[in-house]
Amino acid sequence: MGVGRYGQHGGQYIPETLMSEIHKVEEAYEFYKHDEAFQAELNKLLEEYAGRPSLLYYAKKMTEDLGGAKVYLKREDLNHTGSHKINNVLGQCLMAKKMGKTRVIAETGAGQHGVATATAAALLDLECEIFMGKEDTDRQSLNVYRMELLGAKVHPVMTGSMTLKDAVNECMREWTKRVDDTLYVLGSVMGPHPFPMMVRDFQSVISKEAKQQILAAEGKLPTAVMACVGGGSNAMGMFYNFIDDKDVQLIGCEAAGKGVDTALTAATMNTGTLGVFHGMKSYFCQDEYGQIAPVYSISAGLDYPGVGPEHAYLHDIGRAQYVPVTDDEAVSAFEYLARVEGIICAIESAHAVAHARKIIPTMSKDDIVIICLSGRGDKDVAAIAKYRGIEINE
Amino acid sequence: MNRIQKAFENQKAFIAFLTAGDPIKEKTIEYIFELEKVGASLIEIGIPFSDPIAEGPVIQDANIRALKHHMTTDGVFEIVKAVREKSDIPLCLMTYLNPVFHYGYDRFFKNCQEVGVDGIIIPDCPYEESGEVKDVAKNYDVKVISMIAPTSKERIKMIAKEAEGFIYLVSSLGVTGVRDEIQTDLSTIIKDIKEVTDVPVAIGFGIHSPKQVQEMNKYADGTIVGSAIVRIIAEHGENAHQALYDYVKDMTQFN
Repeated sequence: MGVGRYGQHGGQYIPETLMSEIHKVEEAYEFYKHDEAFQAELNKLLEEYAGRPSLLYYAKKMTEDLGGAKVYLKREDLNHTGSHKINNVLGQCLMAKKMGKTRVIAETGAGQHGVATATAAALLDLECEIFMGKEDTDRQSLNVYRMELLGAKVHPVMTGSMTLKDAVNECMREWTKRVDDTLYVLGSVMGPHPFPMMVRDFQSVISKEAKQQILAAEGKLPTAVMACVGGGSNAMGMFYNFIDDKDVQLIGCEAAGKGVDTALTAATMNTGTLGVFHGMKSYFCQDEYGQIAPVYSISAGLDYPGVGPEHAYLHDIGRAQYVPVTDDEAVSAFEYLARVEGIICAIESAHAVAHARKIIPTMSKDDIVIICLSGRGDKDVAAIAKYRGIEINE
Repeated sequence: MNRIQKAFENQKAFIAFLTAGDPIKEKTIEYIFELEKVGASLIEIGIPFSDPIAEGPVIQDANIRALKHHMTTDGVFEIVKAVREKSDIPLCLMTYLNPVFHYGYDRFFKNCQEVGVDGIIIPDCPYEESGEVKDVAKNYDVKVISMIAPTSKERIKMIAKEAEGFIYLVSSLGVTGVRDEIQTDLSTIIKDIKEVTDVPVAIGFGIHSPKQVQEMNKYADGTIVGSAIVRIIAEHGENAHQALYDYVKDMTQFN
């Protein structure tokens, strides 16, 4: 495998204007990855600012209710800013600072990555501009205001389907306009190399902790770890330190929207084909002429027509399994976790909870499953109410 | 002989870009003839793509209009075929990598050769990734045009050495679209290029006035005009013939 390649996936398919800069990012990351002072500074931020390590919580009631494997929840929802996104942005923004950058730009879908980037930028004194599809600024208006409170400028993106992919397009365009003082803080394990690797490394703290925590609690490795997959950053973080443990099943849960047999879906692994887009070779939802398909999911964070190249590779070699979960199943799981465990999780994470509800009852009591709760669900409450036909005033 | 050379023979090239199928297929064919008549030396035909990340708003909108009118890669080959029945003007396609990759490299470039495409420009396929395209394109004598940007610096010679057809020199940072000022030190970049290759250099991105064409042609072998032409088509729809003629006439007055 070449640099930045995961089997046939990955690469650096970006305009020439960005190539010198992407190589600078690559070099900087190679340096700071091995720089003890940088790593110490990042760890300090993760512990003292983001609140790591996050809890590995034994969900006793859920375990009893489902009557199969023992269920643990990796509580990324308890991090500062309410999701796993903070792990990556602290790393990238700290690196931006060290590289002498004064400005960061980022795309956001649900707003989680935008809020996290705006937060890190505020903390580290970086100018911050967030690009967010108009569709999403409407769906997640609270997060827009949150970013503005944090000092970021939010640009609603009016092109294409006005969702996450269009926000990424606009970030790429913006980066070609202003490369010298700006780092594009990509939010997922996607885009051109080194982003898939760098974001994965920053997110791998999830499985590094989870592995230690489960060994301490149970004295053995889990049967399976599960996470939702849009671009795939929390899933890559949850999988990474278990990849070499061949007996641990890795299960990614994709947003099927209204179903994989409908056009209203965002389940890339289940409905997509090989392509080249957003700087990488991977799987994408596209039509017969390679036009990127408009995708749909109730979850703005999973509403993306592609998937990170390392996931595509883990899929190709059969190391990880990717399953579709519909809106209906995710909403039910969202409500289920609130009722049974008293945890309101993000609708993104609820996709993983939904699949867990299907498979855990079929497993034995000796089995252990860890579900990554990638974020908290405050942002989704109004949308879920609407889904159930209830009007509430925010 | 690949026709691209002809565009630069004993003249400064004027390269005109339009998006295939904007507003409809038949008009694209007519507009290509119109552009040729008034003196365009090479036509760059855009295969519309859903997510054109190197384009500004003008060409983005043209892509949307063309896709709305069901323009496809096969439709673009039909356009080229129709043009070739009457004309020998050099033709390059411009699109993003995914439509080419998804069509299948071999099938795509075989079709290019059959209908008479001379070159292709793929802005999201930089030097390092271009091998997979070039390996196939060369079997069908389709030139893969290299791009050099203001940020290319130490990459310039590496790219220029292996360039074929012509070199597309990006005038400014950012995406396509008209600009009143071009600040990049293009003459120095061109000097670097000329040290390692004889392949002609054409400058694009932002060029819209005769004065700019005159200025660029002091050191370049030609200019590329896209957004300004696409904007005329957007304004005049199916009746842009005369406006295109007048505009290009004006633009090429110093050539």
